[in-house]
Amino acid sequence: MTPVLRRVFLGAAGIAAMFGATELALRVSGADATLFPLPSTVLAQTASLLSDSAFMAAVGSTMGAWAEAMAFTVAIAIPAGALLGLLPWAESALRPVIEFLRPIPSVVLFPLILLIVQSDARSEVVVIVFASVWPVLINTIYGFREVDPVAKETLRGFGFGPLAVAWHVSLPSAAPFIATGVRVAASLAFVVAIGVELIGVGLNGLGTFAGQEQGAADAVAIMIAVAIWSGIIGLVLNTVFVAAERRFFRWHHEQSSMARATT
Amino acid sequence: MRHLLLFIARLLVVAAVVGGWGLATKVAASPYFPPPSSIAATMYRQWFSGPASHLWLTGDATANLVPSLGRMLGGWAAASLTGVAIGVAIGRLRLFADLVEPIVHFGRAVPVPTLVPLFLFLWGIGTPMEVAAIAFAVIWPVLLNTIDGARHLDPVHVETARVFRLGPGQRLVWIILPAAAPKIFAGLRLALSLALVMMIISEFVGSTDGIGREMLQAQTNFDVAVMWAVITLLGLLGLLLNAAFSVLEHRVLAWQRGMRPAA
Repeated sequence: MTPVLRRVFLGAAGIAAMFGATELALRVSGADATLFPLPSTVLAQTASLLSDSAFMAAVGSTMGAWAEAMAFTVAIAIPAGALLGLLPWAESALRPVIEFLRPIPSVVLFPLILLIVQSDARSEVVVIVFASVWPVLINTIYGFREVDPVAKETLRGFGFGPLAVAWHVSLPSAAPFIATGVRVAASLAFVVAIGVELIGVGLNGLGTFAGQEQGAADAVAIMIAVAIWSGIIGLVLNTVFVAAERRFFRWHHEQSSMARATT
Repeated sequence: MRHLLLFIARLLVVAAVVGGWGLATKVAASPYFPPPSSIAATMYRQWFSGPASHLWLTGDATANLVPSLGRMLGGWAAASLTGVAIGVAIGRLRLFADLVEPIVHFGRAVPVPTLVPLFLFLWGIGTPMEVAAIAFAVIWPVLLNTIDGARHLDPVHVETARVFRLGPGQRLVWIILPAAAPKIFAGLRLALSLALVMMIISEFVGSTDGIGREMLQAQTNFDVAVMWAVITLLGLLGLLLNAAFSVLEHRVLAWQRGMRPAA
C-alpha cells in the first residue's frame, strides 16, 4: 500500500470509528437525545440544511460580508504594507502603534462602530476589515523588506527610478508573502464575520442562524450541523487560496525548497 | 546608543500620534470621538482609582477585569496542556496520527463562534460556557504546532536516547518536549491572542460580568467614553500579555540560542 493510500484508508477508518463508537454509546446508554443527538441524526440534519432556504440565505449573507471585507482589506493593507516595507524607518517608528492596535479583538469594536455608522451590515464589514488587515499588512511589510538587494541595485544601475524598481522588482518578489497574508486573512475574516453575527441584531448570517435555533426540538443537532457546514466552508476557502498560491507562485515554492535543499 | 535613539524616536512617534489624534478630536468635536485625555481619565476613574489596599483597583475593576482575565488565562492554560499532551501522542505515534489527523484538521477548520450558541445551550450563561468557548479555540494552534514539533526530532538525539536506554517518561522530558518547545511556544502565542478574542465574543453572548459585558453596558447607556476606555484597555492588555509571554519564552528557550545551526 502506498503511504498516501494508507493515510486515506486509516483516516477514513478513524472517522468511521469515531462516528460508530459515539452512535453505539449514545444508543446503549439511552442518553437524552435533545442534549446528545445521535451522529446519524446530525448527519441527516447536515444534509437537510442544503435544502433549507433560510440557511442558504444565511450562507450568502455571511459570504457577501466576507467578500466585501476582503476587498477593503486588500485595498488598504497591501499599499500601506508596501509603503512601510519600502520605508524601514517609518515602519520602525510606527511599530508601537501597530503593536497596540493589533491585539485589540476586533469584535469588541462592534458596539462603538454600530453607534457611529448606525448600520449592522456596515459595522460588520468594518469589524472584519479591522481584524483581517493585520496579517496582510505584516506579510506585505515583510515581503517588501526581503527583496533581493542585488536585483534592486541592478535596476537602479540601469537608471530606473524608485517607483519603477518597486513595481518591477519589489512587488513581484513580495507577492508570495502577500498571498500568504491574504490566505490567513481570508480564514480570519470568515471567523470574525460569524462572531459579529452572533451579536449584531440586524444581521442574518451563519452566526445569526446558529443562534436562532435555540428553541427548536432538535436544536443541538441543527447547531452541530451549522458548525459542520461552517467548517466545510472554512476548509474550502483555505484549499482554494492554497491552490491559487501553488498555481501562481510555483517558482517561489521551487526556489525556497531549493534553498532549503542546498543549506 | 542606537537602541536608545530608536526608543526615543518611537516615544516621539507615539506622542505625536496621540497628540495628533487629540487635536483631530478637538477640531472635529464629535461626541463619538472623545479626546485621548478624556479616555485616560475615564480609564482611571473606572478601574484604577481604588484604594491602595486593593492595588488601586476599583470595585468595577475587580468585578469585571478579574473574572475576564481569570477565564481567559484558565481556558488558555487548560487547553494548552491538553493540546500539548494530545499533540505529543499524535506526533510520536504514527498509527494514531493516521487515524485522527483528518478529524483534527476538520476540527481546526470549524469557526469557533458557530459553536458558541451550542455551548450556551448546553451550559447556559456563565463561566463554564465561556471557558469552553475559549478552550475550544485555543487548543488547535497548540495541538497542530505540538504535532509538528514532536514529529521532527533530531535522529542523533533519538539514537542517543536509545543508547542510554531512556524510558518513555525520560524520553518525553529530555528529548521530545525540548525539541518541540520552539514550535509549542509559537502555538501558545497565537493561542493567547485567540483567547482574548473568544473571551470578548463569549462575554458578549452570555455573561453577567467581564470586560465584554462592560462594553455592552456602555452601549446601552450610550457611554462613548467608557467604550473607548474598554477598547484602549484591551489594546494595552494585548501589548502587556505579549510582552509577558516574550519574557517567558526567552527564559524557557534560553538554552536554544546558539544551539540552532546558523541559517
